[in-house]
Amino acid sequence: MLKKFFSMNRNFTQRLGFGLLTLMAAMTVLPIVAVVIYIISQGGSAISLEFLTGFPRDGMRQGGIMPAIVGTFYLTVGTAFFSVPLGVAAAIYLSEYAPDNWLTRIIRIAIINLSGIPSVVYGLFGLGLFVLFLKFGTSILSASLTLSIMTLPVIISTAEEALRAVPQSFRTVSISLGATRWQTIRRIVVPEALPGIITGVILGLERAAGETAPILFTGASFFLPRLPNSVFDATMALPYHLFVISTQVPEMPFQIQYGTALVLIAFVLGMNLIATVIRSRARARRQW
Amino acid sequence: METNLNDKIVIENFSLQYVDGTESLRNINLRIPRNAITVIFGPAGGGKSTLLRCLNRLNDPADVKTMNGRILIENENILDPKTDIIRLRRKVGMVFARPVVLPMSIRSNITYGLEVMGEKRRSKLNEAVERSLKQAALWEEVRARLDEPGVALSGGQQQRLCLARSLALEPEIILLDEPTSGLDPISTGKVEASLQELKKTYTIILVPHSVQQAARTADFAAFFLQGELVEFSEGKTLFTAPSDKRTEDYVTGRFG
Repeated sequence: MLKKFFSMNRNFTQRLGFGLLTLMAAMTVLPIVAVVIYIISQGGSAISLEFLTGFPRDGMRQGGIMPAIVGTFYLTVGTAFFSVPLGVAAAIYLSEYAPDNWLTRIIRIAIINLSGIPSVVYGLFGLGLFVLFLKFGTSILSASLTLSIMTLPVIISTAEEALRAVPQSFRTVSISLGATRWQTIRRIVVPEALPGIITGVILGLERAAGETAPILFTGASFFLPRLPNSVFDATMALPYHLFVISTQVPEMPFQIQYGTALVLIAFVLGMNLIATVIRSRARARRQW
Repeated sequence: METNLNDKIVIENFSLQYVDGTESLRNINLRIPRNAITVIFGPAGGGKSTLLRCLNRLNDPADVKTMNGRILIENENILDPKTDIIRLRRKVGMVFARPVVLPMSIRSNITYGLEVMGEKRRSKLNEAVERSLKQAALWEEVRARLDEPGVALSGGQQQRLCLARSLALEPEIILLDEPTSGLDPISTGKVEASLQELKKTYTIILVPHSVQQAARTADFAAFFLQGELVEFSEGKTLFTAPSDKRTEDYVTGRFG
């Protein structure tokens, strides 16, 4: 009788424990769902063809946000152009070539610390280096370079992790078959790590696409009546546009604010989706 | 030392120490005859794998503290810094204890070594696939599914695929480091049968996974104990009438 009570009790405790854990895990889903639902409910009505393809009018209180969408696209592509080759190359160096010495350790510490720097500091740095010193001006180029520096640590650390996850035995076998280290990296290690590398790249770019502070002084423009036509032009961008219309424009219709937020979120989550699709496809194709 | 045309590999006064002091080899002198199976056996930590890895220079130079002596393959000292290691590794193939199938199809696993060497001709590659799979006694089992991933094969088939992969490069020497340690008796039998066939063309050096396997397969046998070569002779002599007490104790199961 007593035994049965205890076993029931233990069973109950276990169920209570698992129940609580499930609840906690479920709660992490809550914020993202809440944010998306709230923004859709507030801004969904603003989305129209004109909103997505038109220029802002009437001090941005009407019209569309097309230049900001295009601008964010340009900045993301520009950031990818600089940060992906550099980041992946650095990751390959660190994972495949770097000897374990003080220089390598310093590089690693630098990368970790780079990711801890507040984004506004990157903005100031970009202003000093790219805009003023190198005389790129407030431009897509300066902003992309600034965002690239900010993105690099994310790309490097995720790509390095993906490369390190490739079994050492693959490398040994490849070398034993007369391949050079470079052939081994190019034919075995990188293809094997590619899904992980792509995930890291997209995670990094996603963050770049959503940042305001680094582009504030380096490339973002309050309002432009036309699209930028060179990398030395300034550009509008979604996050900065959102910041402007939320704080700087009096009597702003809230639908436009939330509509802009909705587009930004869709942009970022869309990239996330692409990353997921690429990864699962690569996994399905490999079968091993 | 007098030269003997029948020796494929001559190891002279070879010593090696690792940085972490784990395994080492002390003053090894050994002549490995061509077209025969030479078995290198002994308890764990005796330096068998180390020696094998020296023969195709697969030891990570960063792990090696000191290395002395000479290893001659066809009168060429492969420890010479000027040695073309890539060429050496094509000449000296290796099969590892656990089958490591590269993440690609059965066919690509075999053609990989030829492709990194620069071979692009389809006909050559296909020819190598068929020839090496036949030599490794795997052809009949996989001929219909060469484009399936290599990992889809069973453990025994994977190990024979690894053997075929080495053979595709047409090496002169094949090193096998406990190639059957993870295999069932039937697969082990197939691998051993292949080796008996292969020794007609190749020089084979085998680290067996048991004394029984050593006795079964050895044309010549070398007994290694704690980094020293205790005894080397023809297989049937060493396993029936060992001249050293330690060899006798080990092959009769008194220790090890």
